[in-house]
Amino acid sequence: MKSQNERARTFLMISIPILLLFFAFNTLPLIKGFMYSFTNFRGYGTKFDWVGWRNYIDLFTDSRVGNSYWFTFKLALVATILINILSLVMALALNAKIRFKSFLRGMYFIPNILGALVVGYIFSYIFTYILPAITSTASMLANKNLAWIAIVIVCAWQSIAMNTLIYISGLQTVPEDVYEAASLDGATGWNRFRYITFPLIMPFFTINMVLCMKNNLMVFDQIMALTKGGPAQSTESISFLIYNNGMGGGQFGFQSANAVIFFIVIVIISVLQLKYLNKKEEQL
Amino acid sequence: MPAQEIKATERFNWPVTILLLLGLFTVLFPLYMTVIIAFKQPSEMTNSVMGLLSFPKEWSFDNFREAMRVTDFWRSLFNSFLITGFTVAVSIIIHSLMGYAVARNMGRSKFYRFSYFYIVSGMFVPFAILMMPLVKQTAQLHIDNMFGVIILYVVFYMPMNVLLYAGYLKNIPIALEEAAHVDGASTWTTYWKIIFPLMWPMHATVAVLTALGTWNDVMTPLVIMSGSGMTTLPLAQLTFQTQFGTNYNLAFASYLLALLPMLIFYVVAQKQIINGVINGAVK
Repeated sequence: MKSQNERARTFLMISIPILLLFFAFNTLPLIKGFMYSFTNFRGYGTKFDWVGWRNYIDLFTDSRVGNSYWFTFKLALVATILINILSLVMALALNAKIRFKSFLRGMYFIPNILGALVVGYIFSYIFTYILPAITSTASMLANKNLAWIAIVIVCAWQSIAMNTLIYISGLQTVPEDVYEAASLDGATGWNRFRYITFPLIMPFFTINMVLCMKNNLMVFDQIMALTKGGPAQSTESISFLIYNNGMGGGQFGFQSANAVIFFIVIVIISVLQLKYLNKKEEQL
Repeated sequence: MPAQEIKATERFNWPVTILLLLGLFTVLFPLYMTVIIAFKQPSEMTNSVMGLLSFPKEWSFDNFREAMRVTDFWRSLFNSFLITGFTVAVSIIIHSLMGYAVARNMGRSKFYRFSYFYIVSGMFVPFAILMMPLVKQTAQLHIDNMFGVIILYVVFYMPMNVLLYAGYLKNIPIALEEAAHVDGASTWTTYWKIIFPLMWPMHATVAVLTALGTWNDVMTPLVIMSGSGMTTLPLAQLTFQTQFGTNYNLAFASYLLALLPMLIFYVVAQKQIINGVINGAVK
């Protein structure tokens, strides 16, 4: 009995300070963020008023906020689909009976370990000087209809490395005799992939979709490096807008409301994806 | 011998190998360009692509010396090491403890089950919503500096790491601890003597994931430390952008210096990094 008490006491002494730390720097700022979203606080000074739901009503009529949501979702969706298709192809190739396998796998993973900001600067140079010189067109980054594609490319360049790796570990869980049985049944090429391989690596597909979607929705570094939201505010991601206008633009209260909505959107997407994941796992 | 060689060649899928080798161009071209431009002089930057991408006339380290001076390279490098090092060390200690407390009590205690879901649900909270309140909060507590950034990282990585540790501990039988307990060791001693050393594979995963995330992060130091006059290696590239001006040679020398520590780390610990990333994502 005494040792049971000692054990319980030790666990409480471990967990309570850690929970308090987590509360202080995660939950408390979250609550404060909700509170600020009902004020017209500008971010400096001490004077502000409670404005009720005013910020939320304004959010839905603010075209700049609307554009940033449209841009972020367009980017996240296109990049996620592109990244997953290319990663699957890469993983199949890197999992084939190839020469220099570990060398190639090691090389293709490099983009993932590099900092997104510096990668963004390097690509910014490519888009501004190298590509226009080759194709003799104006820079993509200066064109408000094309700049988002440049950001998709940079996001993809880095994320494909990570997602390929996850798909490879998925492919390695498929036992060799499954393929042998399939080839006896005459399933080869696309059919084998469609009906045998892909269903077996479905859980890895879901992991990749969830991770990829979440990362792309929070895109920030690439925007800072490539466009700073331009041209003509066409590439302002939600995170960038909250940072830019909330921290420096005197819209602390208003952007807090934006952040609350962004948070709710992320939670909804995550819950939907997790539900989908659970359903898939039940089927297996 | 020749027969054997032919057999060995046949086993490899050469078309795919060649395509993959050609595809390496997409990975290596940006890196090649970075190195080349970093070594060149502004006078060598012609308008033609071939001129831009050809080897420099001489391989001089002047750009690197200048970039180090402009960005205060050693200071930023030291700060980055300090922040990443402390974050990783503190994370391993307290996240593994929390994972342990949760994993061993979740089955029978509502309090620990709640604690677990409370912490893990923090994964869905985007930094964007915490950012503005945290800037105020760290300023009020006078930790709007590197110390504050370390605390924040420890909190931000807690959901993922507690999840990983708790998952790993399910596979470590409780009988081990009970045996030590019978011998009179306290729970605290048992943890450090028996459980903590058993979790080394998970410590490695946590260290790799936490280190990759903190080393390359720009947003947190940007908003928290901007007033302290300190920068990290990636942040320095952003803050000194205006000083590089149109001297791309200087800028690229600085970018290369910023990428180098991670590339070296990758060459040294490639296996651990790849395993860590896979473990973290799949579990």
